[in-house]
Amino acid sequence: MLSRDADSLYWLSRYVERAENTARILDVAYRMASMPISYNGVETNEWESALITAGGIDQFRAVHGEATPENVIEFLAFSEANPSSIQCCFDTARQNARSVRSALTSEMWEAINSAWLDLRRYKARSIKVEDLPRFLNLVKEASLRYDGSAMRTMLRNDAYWFSRLGLYIERADNTARVLDVKYHVLLPQDAAVGGGIDYYQWAAILRSVSALVSYQWVYHQNLRPWLVADLLILREEMPRSLAACYAALSRHLDDISHRYGTSGLAQRQARATHARLANQNIEDIFQHGLHEFLQEFLAENNRLGHAITNQYLC
Amino acid sequence: MAARVIFDEMSGHDGRSRDAYRILQDWLKSAPPQLLEHRREEAELFFRRVGITFAVYGNAEAEERLIPFDIIPRILSGQEWARLARGLEQRVKALNMFLKDIYGAREILRAGIVPPELVYLNPYYRPQMHGLTLNSDIYVQVAGIDIVRVDDQDFYVLEDNLRTPSGVSYMLENREVMMRLFPELVGMQRIRPIENYVDELLGTLKSVAPASSPWDPTVVILTPGSLNSAYYEHSFLADRMGVELVEGRDLFVRDEMVYMRTTEGPKRVDVIYSRIDDDFLDPLVFRPDSALGVPGLIAAYRAGNVAIANAPGTGVADDKAMYSYVPDIVRFYMGEEPILKNVPTWRCREQDSLSYVLDNLHELVVKEVNGSGGYGMLVGPHATAEAREHFKGRILSSPDNYIAQPTLALSTSPIFTEKGLAPRHVDLRPFVLTGRDGVRLVPGGLTRVALTEGSLVVNSSQGGGTKDTWVLSE
Repeated sequence: MLSRDADSLYWLSRYVERAENTARILDVAYRMASMPISYNGVETNEWESALITAGGIDQFRAVHGEATPENVIEFLAFSEANPSSIQCCFDTARQNARSVRSALTSEMWEAINSAWLDLRRYKARSIKVEDLPRFLNLVKEASLRYDGSAMRTMLRNDAYWFSRLGLYIERADNTARVLDVKYHVLLPQDAAVGGGIDYYQWAAILRSVSALVSYQWVYHQNLRPWLVADLLILREEMPRSLAACYAALSRHLDDISHRYGTSGLAQRQARATHARLANQNIEDIFQHGLHEFLQEFLAENNRLGHAITNQYLC
Repeated sequence: MAARVIFDEMSGHDGRSRDAYRILQDWLKSAPPQLLEHRREEAELFFRRVGITFAVYGNAEAEERLIPFDIIPRILSGQEWARLARGLEQRVKALNMFLKDIYGAREILRAGIVPPELVYLNPYYRPQMHGLTLNSDIYVQVAGIDIVRVDDQDFYVLEDNLRTPSGVSYMLENREVMMRLFPELVGMQRIRPIENYVDELLGTLKSVAPASSPWDPTVVILTPGSLNSAYYEHSFLADRMGVELVEGRDLFVRDEMVYMRTTEGPKRVDVIYSRIDDDFLDPLVFRPDSALGVPGLIAAYRAGNVAIANAPGTGVADDKAMYSYVPDIVRFYMGEEPILKNVPTWRCREQDSLSYVLDNLHELVVKEVNGSGGYGMLVGPHATAEAREHFKGRILSSPDNYIAQPTLALSTSPIFTEKGLAPRHVDLRPFVLTGRDGVRLVPGGLTRVALTEGSLVVNSSQGGGTKDTWVLSE
């Protein structure tokens, strides 16, 4: 297929996934902020950590001062100054979709186009904090619908695989960042504190990748911080874990190399990362340093993105 | 003009239903009024969801607008179509022969039928095409011929569109919407299908592939990009034909071969269905500032390694000054009388005509020779005295640039309005495909309708709408 079309599909999926992730992050901030709490005597600003998780804190500071519910919601959901705001993600996704109309099924196009039309209505009037959940639901449903139509209607060919690659690169990046922003509450020494507040933080991490219920099904016990990390990093059955993302990335890269009859750097990198995640246990990761591990992972994931681009998309 | 009784496609001159419309008219009489309103809303929803939009240049607000769709079909009888089809085939054949001639032996110029300066000074004349032998002899693979009528006798050609005619996606989508919304009505009569257009188009394009290409040549559509007003159509056709929709940057030329950049590396391209103006095709040959084109494309074309449809330089045959010579062109090459009529045309380049035009502006339509899309024209009877005076100045400053035609009493066809059915002026753009193996024509075309009462301008960029067009089986 045309490299430009593959590139558009890849980024289309990344942007839809990013919009959904941002919606989840905002959702968690909204829940956490509704509980007036202090942690280790220090007031935590959940809206600020939402900004850090979404990777927009520097851009935010360039425009705003202190993070308030209103300005964070505006910035993460609507701002044109933030290219990763939900609104901008859907603008870009739709632009990409328009440029690859013929590579999309009509169901996928309609999912993107109607989400874009629906979200534009919100832009017009400023949203109240209490309207946020409804808006976020709309975003999550749009992403589900897009993803579902891709799964159910696309031919299993390179177009499908490139769109999957975009989704999993973005998802891996997001899960790693969600963990990294809160890594300190997962460290064993803090587990001793084990008060209600930590419990909420752990639950929040799980919730932001919709894994709170899954946790119970996998471990059958109360929340333990190292198990939270285990679930989101190493458990392949957890669809948003780093291991699951890399299982999918290396599988789809192999699909592409089988179809094309050649493989390259992207395949090797994905396979290596996947193997490493499969062979590690959570104790080693904590030994090595959770924060360091996550930082290395983020850099590696980024390199894989570049490798895919160089090999196929330009 | 007001005194003339305007011919209506449904009710003729005398208000009695014409044969082809009888079933429709009975159905309309029995249909409850809310039903039509309801279906109209559904149609609009469909177009918006599917995203069938077009862009209007210089109008940032309405970056993407729907072309209004009217739910009342326009109907042609089998006999009417048969006659029209013969005329279209004859005209497009002659125009292809004309192009081959002026880029080759130039017999028509030597015979004194067409003034040479109209060819050589034409901004769309491409000297690069001269002496080039196309392996198919076809210059215009896709023509959109704008047809109007004033009575039930004759079809007039208003314009030949031989460069990148658009609108065929609306023709196809309009039919799809009608079948979805009015299955009972569609089922009551034998409407000839048009859905095979894309297959015919692909067949036509493959038929002109270079001799060196594989048995199943690679066809692509070349688009200026998603900001182009007809982008929806480009992607629609690519999708339906199952071919890649490329932009200039997706193609490159090496050793006079054209390749596209794919995820599997370079892939050879055999036929380009170009929806870009010639001017932008190749910055090495035409406009050097063009970022839309492909450097080296014309060299590859001249080497016979790629086919471009329509060929560069076809615009010389479709400007409005050349238009007035088309009947002579048909006689010259076909040795027959033209079946389709031309609208009488005054060429302002000729002194007598110029004075006539200037004296009679109030009853003429004046058009720029190279204009399109309804831009740069004056509809005399509907213009203010001031506007006419202003336009006079423009004509005088470059008379060669203008032609004038009488304002025709274009036929009307009923549209559905809030106040019920009301007549509006229509035209028809059938699409004529010409390949190495002959002419292909699907029965129908795009009917455009001026939605404003009394208006004669049907262009979508100026508030025109469209209708489904039914050709009945004989």
